Amino acid sequence: MSDTITYKLSSQDFKVTNPVKWCAGCGGFSVLSAVQNALPEVTEEKNKVVFVSGIGCSSRFPYYINTYGFHSLHGRAMPIASGIKAANPDIQVWLVTGDGDSMAIGGNHFIHLIRRNLDINVLIFNNKIYGLTKGQYSPTTPKGSKTKTSPDGTIENAFNPGELAMGAQGTFFARVVDTDPKMMKEVFIKAAKHKGTSIVEVLENCVIFNNHVHEDITGKDVKNEHQIYLEHGKPMIFGNERDKGLMIVNNRMEVVKIGENGITEKDILVHDAKCSNPNVHFMLARLKRPEYPVAMGVIRSYDCTVYEDMLTDQVEYAKANSKIKNMDDLLNSGSVFEIE
Amino acid sequence: MTKKNIIELEEVVVKFAGDSGDGMQLTGTQFSDNSALFGNDLSTFPDYPSEIRAPQGTVSGVSGFQVHIGNKEIKTPGDLADVLVAMNPAALKTNMKWVKQGATIIIDIDNFDNKSYKKAEFIDDPLSDGTLDGFNIVKAPISSLTRATVNDLALGIDNKTADKTKNQFVMGMLYWLFNRDINIGLDFIKDKFAKKPDLVKANLEVLKAGFNYAETIEAMSTTFMVNPLKNRKGKFRNITGNVATAWGLIAASERSGLPLFLGSYPITPATEILQELSNMKKLGVKTFQAEDEIAGICSAIGASFAGHLAATSTSGPGLALKSEAIGLAVITELPIVIVNVQRSGPATGLPTKPEQGDLLQALYGRNGESPCIVVAATTPAKCYDFAFIAAKLSVEHMTPVILLTDGYIANGSELMPIRPIAEFPEIIPPKVKDNDENYRPYLRDEEKLSRFWAFPGQDGLRHRVGGLEKSNITGEVSHDPYNHEDMVVIREQKVQRVANFIPEQEVLGEESGDLLVVGWGGTYGALSSAVLDLQNEGKSISLAQFSYIKPLPKNTEEVFSKFKRIVVCELNLGQFKSYLQSQYPQFDYLQYNKIQGLPFLISELKEKFNQILEEK
Repeated sequence: MSDTITYKLSSQDFKVTNPVKWCAGCGGFSVLSAVQNALPEVTEEKNKVVFVSGIGCSSRFPYYINTYGFHSLHGRAMPIASGIKAANPDIQVWLVTGDGDSMAIGGNHFIHLIRRNLDINVLIFNNKIYGLTKGQYSPTTPKGSKTKTSPDGTIENAFNPGELAMGAQGTFFARVVDTDPKMMKEVFIKAAKHKGTSIVEVLENCVIFNNHVHEDITGKDVKNEHQIYLEHGKPMIFGNERDKGLMIVNNRMEVVKIGENGITEKDILVHDAKCSNPNVHFMLARLKRPEYPVAMGVIRSYDCTVYEDMLTDQVEYAKANSKIKNMDDLLNSGSVFEIE
Repeated sequence: MTKKNIIELEEVVVKFAGDSGDGMQLTGTQFSDNSALFGNDLSTFPDYPSEIRAPQGTVSGVSGFQVHIGNKEIKTPGDLADVLVAMNPAALKTNMKWVKQGATIIIDIDNFDNKSYKKAEFIDDPLSDGTLDGFNIVKAPISSLTRATVNDLALGIDNKTADKTKNQFVMGMLYWLFNRDINIGLDFIKDKFAKKPDLVKANLEVLKAGFNYAETIEAMSTTFMVNPLKNRKGKFRNITGNVATAWGLIAASERSGLPLFLGSYPITPATEILQELSNMKKLGVKTFQAEDEIAGICSAIGASFAGHLAATSTSGPGLALKSEAIGLAVITELPIVIVNVQRSGPATGLPTKPEQGDLLQALYGRNGESPCIVVAATTPAKCYDFAFIAAKLSVEHMTPVILLTDGYIANGSELMPIRPIAEFPEIIPPKVKDNDENYRPYLRDEEKLSRFWAFPGQDGLRHRVGGLEKSNITGEVSHDPYNHEDMVVIREQKVQRVANFIPEQEVLGEESGDLLVVGWGGTYGALSSAVLDLQNEGKSISLAQFSYIKPLPKNTEEVFSKFKRIVVCELNLGQFKSYLQSQYPQFDYLQYNKIQGLPFLISELKEKFNQILEEK
């Protein structure tokens, strides 16, 4: 087990010998492999990495990666990860969750994690269905969907993780698809490098209970037209011919065609992921088919102070500025009655 | 000036009562501190309304503070008051039933008018309808004399501010009544208002005015003297159970070398633990005020996984919310201290009132076979020791510990002897050395059956923990039926073996006899006082007050076997009794229970015990 010698890690270092027990064809496999590919770029010590998860198919993740791991309770990965990070800020903390784990039972913890902005990288496997309990609708299931618990169609509005993240003052939100390993690796690296809570929504396929749920976005023949990959500082252009772009017209997003109506590439919005004001990021996170392409990549990445640094600063300041250095000092401070 | 007549007393109970804004808590604290400096032993209890500022002058807005002082060991805040200070009719009305016959009742006569009687829901004037017959009533114009005193100083202090000093008038009267050195009171004020010289002046003058007033009136010509406690030496501090609990955890952090992390959510009556520890960053303590009870314990479990001394503090409803997470700590075999400051339930119940209704919840309130070590603190100062012990057992045995206190000892205070931290035992976490090739997550200590503790960040010890059942030793996920049974048994035995590491059950009094009184936790003060009183009357009665609930001390059966009768007294319907019955069914257990959101009175206990002793 000894592995103190430091050398450049490879994806192999993060693989486990035990079998990965997701269903054949599960989107989880490609996410796992993208994470294993991204990790060597963001850490030199696998002993300082922890993967925390809740309950659900996605939450088996810690068993499948060769780092420290904590497979916790349904919905509770966020406070557990927060405790690890607040206690020891040197640990790189990843959190793997699903749409039920993070948006339903863990919904409260989700928004509070984001509000506090601890430096934790969150991967939400969003397959829009409960897989481990075999096919009930989740908080991200589109309204009207027929599932085992909504035989007549759901009558609930669906959550969009990006809206929740930004509503909770999130500093980082990105979206990827499980069919694009290159995109996933690139975005996971950016998420890890962002100091603060990074939320990455992975549009994941559930081959058993919700097969092809993201087909309209991820399908090979439609993906260039139905996805827009955003990169900071670059114009928001997409399409098979890269001839379409996004503009804000009358306070709303509009898809325009370059070359038509006098529109040139210069007119297309340039993505500013680092802007503190999230208004445009909100609009981007909300883009929905069929009117718009779905936004991929890093939608928001705003640098801001993180919880654990401020906590450490307060502790260090208090230690440096108090005369009370230990328990004996404390016991003898203030009102002490000496009876002789 | 009247002639001073001094009566020596062994003990005295003083109750201060007024509107929430009258400063009664401060007055009570000031009187306690003064008594401690004088050399008395003491015990205090604040009595807050659950509303923050209920309408002035109403019964629901009365805030009280009871102080019991003595020249002997004082174990409770006292049953009934010898002296009551009632700042208004509502304070008189709520406290009259808790006053001894013949007691001195000091009232602020300025507040006793028809309007106030109506607010306090008195039908007739209590001063003239016979209600107060048999009491020594001191009708002091506290409000008006206070204002006059402050106005005479011509410091430009407005009436509203002047009114806030009237508690010092009361204090001055009590200094006279108890023959105390007024100069000690002066120091308290100088410290308290150090930054506001005008207020120091005003408060001092009002204090003296109160003292002088008392000296001149006939009603206070009889004064009391409670002498200092003999044979008591050393340093003490007056500490509440909640502060003592917080400090005990810090002490454990220091003796274990593990930084302390508290993940918590505010809840009455446990909030002060979170508040106190939030102010202890100077000793490296980290606190995390979570979004709810569940996040509170989960953040602490995360910190425990990361190698910290982890704790969470709560009260009954919060313990219910934490159940699943406690189970996670049980199965991951991570140490964590769960402090439950019990209050009256179910649901919200009587949130500011004590009860012992969470015992079975602590023992059994989780899904699956989910054993925890359960300990209970007995007095405010003992919360320090038991928080320390809870942390020690949790860390050394790698399992969650539930520490039960209650609203009575948590808010109550008593004098705690200051002992150097070096006198406390070292806490030795079962840490693993980096790159230990033999490390397996569920390899166990042979004696304790506890696993070893490796933290993220350590080289070569990567492993996973989680809520799924694990294979013993290797820690791999296992659905093997025999492994599960083994693990369930091991986790239970691990807790049972703690019995080898805790002290034997002590008995207060003879080790055999007619009646053994059995109690647990925060009822110690009342039970021991009642039992000692009856012992002094020559009765064959002893007390076994339990602090180690799970596991029970090894000699429990032997202790029980030496008495003709056993009565289990608790502030619930008999939870400890049914637990004992399940452990030692060979004994007959009588029971005495009270579920009024109130502590036991010594008098009612004595009556009950006498009754049992008389039955043949």
